[in-house]
Amino acid sequence: MEKMKKNLVIVGGGPAGMAAAVAAYDKGERDILILERDTALGGILRQCIHNGFGLHRFGEELTGPEYAYRYEAMVKERNIEFMTDTMVIGIDRERTVTAMNKEHGIFRIEAGAIVLAMGCRERPKGAFNFAGTATAGIYTAGTAQKFVNMMGMMPGKEVVILGSGDIGLIMARRMTLEGAKVKAVCELMPYSGGLARNIEQCLHDFDIPLLLSHTVVEIHGKDRLTAVTIAEVDGSRRPIPGTEQTIPCDTLLLSCGLIPENELTRGAGIEMDRVTNGAKVNADRETDVPGVFACGNVLHVHDLVDYVSEEAAIAGGAAVRFLRGETEANTLIELATDGKVRYTVPERITEIKETKVFFRVGDVFRDKKIVVRAGDEVLLSKKKQKFAPGEMETVTLPADALRKAEGKTLRFSIED
Amino acid sequence: MYNYCVIGAGVIGGMVARELEKYDRSVVIVEKAGDVAMGATRANSAIVHAGFDAHEGSLKARFNVRGSVMMESVAKELGVKYQRNGSLVVGFSDEDKKTLEELLERGKKNGVRELRLLDREEILAIEPNIGDGVTCALFAPTGAIICPYELCMASVGNAMDNGAELCLNFEVSAIEKTETGYKLTAADGRTVEAKTVINCAGVYSDAVAAMAGDTSFTVIPRRGEYMLLDRECGSLISHTVFRCPSKMGKGILVSPTVDGNLLLGPTAENLEDKEDTATTAKGISLVRTQAGEQVKNINFGKVITSFAGLRSVGSTGDFIINEKDGFINCAAIESPGLSSSPAIAEYVVELIRKAGETLTPRKDFIGKRAPLHAFREMTEEQKSEVIKKDPAYAHVICRCETVSEGEIRAAIRQNPKPHDIDGIKRRTRATMGRCQGGFCTPYLVRILAEELGVPETAITKFGGNSYLNLGLTKNRK
Repeated sequence: MEKMKKNLVIVGGGPAGMAAAVAAYDKGERDILILERDTALGGILRQCIHNGFGLHRFGEELTGPEYAYRYEAMVKERNIEFMTDTMVIGIDRERTVTAMNKEHGIFRIEAGAIVLAMGCRERPKGAFNFAGTATAGIYTAGTAQKFVNMMGMMPGKEVVILGSGDIGLIMARRMTLEGAKVKAVCELMPYSGGLARNIEQCLHDFDIPLLLSHTVVEIHGKDRLTAVTIAEVDGSRRPIPGTEQTIPCDTLLLSCGLIPENELTRGAGIEMDRVTNGAKVNADRETDVPGVFACGNVLHVHDLVDYVSEEAAIAGGAAVRFLRGETEANTLIELATDGKVRYTVPERITEIKETKVFFRVGDVFRDKKIVVRAGDEVLLSKKKQKFAPGEMETVTLPADALRKAEGKTLRFSIED
Repeated sequence: MYNYCVIGAGVIGGMVARELEKYDRSVVIVEKAGDVAMGATRANSAIVHAGFDAHEGSLKARFNVRGSVMMESVAKELGVKYQRNGSLVVGFSDEDKKTLEELLERGKKNGVRELRLLDREEILAIEPNIGDGVTCALFAPTGAIICPYELCMASVGNAMDNGAELCLNFEVSAIEKTETGYKLTAADGRTVEAKTVINCAGVYSDAVAAMAGDTSFTVIPRRGEYMLLDRECGSLISHTVFRCPSKMGKGILVSPTVDGNLLLGPTAENLEDKEDTATTAKGISLVRTQAGEQVKNINFGKVITSFAGLRSVGSTGDFIINEKDGFINCAAIESPGLSSSPAIAEYVVELIRKAGETLTPRKDFIGKRAPLHAFREMTEEQKSEVIKKDPAYAHVICRCETVSEGEIRAAIRQNPKPHDIDGIKRRTRATMGRCQGGFCTPYLVRILAEELGVPETAITKFGGNSYLNLGLTKNRK
C-alpha cells in the first residue's frame, strides 16, 4: 500500500476545503493536499446555478459555480495540490488518513494536521415514514437540483414541495422556470426555515403558495407518484383530522433539513455536539483531537457560503499555527445556551482574544435581546428586531470581556 | 420446447430452477415483473426459522426443519450472507409462558434441536436491551438470518450461469395442455413451451393453477409492514426477538439483518388487492408500539425506510405442493417459505422422479457463485489488487455504503441482470444507506443508461412507468 506524508490534509474540496487551503497557504504553509470525492473541486456549489452568493465575501452577487470558480482559481494560482475522484474512507486520532482513488488504489497519508470539510447531506425520505408505496418521483430537493442543473433532466412536471429549506425554495423557482407547475410548498413548522429573501424571490414572485403548519400524510401512486395528501398540523405537529386535502402531482421534493456528514469524524472518535451534529470545537475550529480541525457545513449547517469561507479561513490558518506549535488546547471558557439559543460555534474558548461566535435560535423571536453572561455578569446584550431559525447570527466578544469569563461558563440566552 | 418452465422468479422459483439445473435438462424461468425477487421475496422478515412454529406433520414443519438444516451450506455455496444468530420468542405473562411451553414441545416433535426456555435473568444475560415487561422466552439457537432477495438473485443467477433462461416481464395469461406438455402464453403474446411446469407464482399461484385447470385452492395476500433502521442500530440486539403468538396472531419481530441494519415488523392484514404494498400510518404505528415492548432503546429517529410485503396465504392452511400431469404446484408458500426453500426445491425433484422421469446429474454443474459483496469484505491489500486490475473499483459512487463503480458495473453485467435503479440497489446496496440515494441516484442513472445503451430518461426506479425523470430541461431540448 502506498504511503505518503503531508503537513496539511484537507478532506473535501468544496467551498470550505478550498478556503481552508487558501488561508493555510497564505499563512505560509506549502505542503497541502486537498482530497475531493467528486470529479471536480467546488462541492455542492457546482449545482447551485442561481445567484446570491458572495455578497459578503466579494461584495458582488455571484452564481454558485462562479463563487466556486473564484476559489478554484485561488487554489490553482497557488499550485495547491488536490486529488479529485478520491474518497477518504477513514481517519484516526493519530491523524492518519486512508483514502482511495483510481491512480493510487487504497493509500495512507500521515498528516501533520487535518481539516475536515466534508459538507452535509439532506434529510432523506425514509425519515418521514410516509404512508403509501415507494413510488418513483420522490426526491430530496438537492437530488432534483442535480438532475436539472447538472444532467439537463426534469424529474417532474407537477410538483409539491415538503419543507421550506433554502434548497427547496430555490428548486420551486427553478422547476417553475423550466416549465413545471409547483402547486404548493408545505412547511411543518409555523415559520419557514429558509432565508427571507428566498421566500420573496422564489415563492412570492411566482405565486407559489407557502402552507405553514402543513405536512404530507400520504403518498399515492403505484409506479410514479400521482398525488399527495396534505394536512394541517396542530401545535405539537400532529396532523389535524378533517384538514386533509389531496393534491394531484407527479413529484414530491423534500427540503426538510441538512445533516452534517460526519461519519469520518465519528469513526475517529472525535467528540460531537448533539445539537449541531458536528464536532465540538474551540475558536480555532479545532476538535478535541489535537491537529484535527473542522469547518463549513460538516461543522454546522450555514445558510450563506460567505460564512463558510470565513469559518474555513479560520480553520486553515489555525492548522498552520498548530503545525508551528502556536495553538492552545486547554479550555479556558465553556459556552452554554438556554435552549432558545440552540447552539454556539465555537463551544469552547482556549485563548483570550477577540472572538466571533456564530449561533442559531430555535424559534422566531421578535424585539428580543441576545444576552451573554459569565456568572451573574452581563458581558454583552444586543437587541434585534427578529431572530429566526433560518438565519445564522453572530456576536463578537472582545478580549476584555473574555478575560472576565476565564474559568467560567459563558451563557447565551434570548431575553426580553 | 424446454423440459421445465418455472413460473415466478422469487426465492422458491429461483431455488427450484437451480435444483433442476443440476440435471441434464433445459430450464426456463418466466417472471411477470421486470426483475427477480419482486414479490414476497423482496419484503419479508429475512429469517431462517428454527422450525418450532408449524404443526407436526404439516409440509410447513417438514420443509422448515429440513430447509433450516440445508440453508447454511446452500448460502455458502451461493456466496450469500447467512448468520446463525439464534432466536428468542419472548413472553410477557404466565399465559405466554404456557404458550412457549407448547411451542417447545411442538418444536421437539418437529425435530428442532437445542430448544430451551429462559427466564428473565437468562434472557438479560444474552440480550441486555430486552423489553422491561418480558418475563420468559423460548430460545432457539438454530434460528438464523439471511437476505431473501440476495438468496433469490444468487439462485436465479447460478441457475442462469448453468444454462437456465430467464424471461422477464412475462406475465402468464394462458396455459394450454399440449400433447407433449404445456404451452404458456404471456400477456404480450410471447409463448413458451415446456414438458413440465412448476408453479411458483406466489400470491398469484392460485390464478396460475386455475389456468391449468386446478381450482382446488385459493391464495389471499396478507400484508406485512416493516421499518428498517440505520446500521448504527443493528447491534442493539444480536438475536431475532419474536413475540409470543397470541389469539391476535404471531405479532412482530425485532431482528438484526445480515447487512447490519435493524428490522422491525411485520403487521398482518388480509387484503383483496394482490398488488397493494402500501404502508399505512396505522400499521407503522403498531410496529413501533410492539417493537418497543419487546426491545427497549430502539431509536426510531434512525428509521431509513418503511415498506410492506404480501405473504401468500393459502386456503388449506399449509403449503400446497403437488404434481399432476406434469404440472407442479409450489403454492401458498407463506412463512416459513424462505426457510423451507432449499427443501422445497429438493422435493420438487422428488415429485418429478415419482412422476416417472429418470434424472441424471450433470457433471458440469457449477454450484458455486462469486458473491458481489466480495469487494466490501476484502482486506485493504486485496482491494488494492482488485483496483490495480480494474480502477473503477476505486471510484466510490454510493458514499454511505461505500459502493464503487466497479461493483455497480459488475452487478449490471452479472446474471440476473438488473434493468432499473432498485435492481442495482438490491444487488449492491447502493442507495440503501443514510442518504437513501440522495447523492448517488443521478450517477446510477448515468451508469445504468450507459451499460444498457438507452437514454438517461428511459431509466426507471423499478420498471413499468416508474420513470425517474419525465423529460429534458429547456436547454437540453
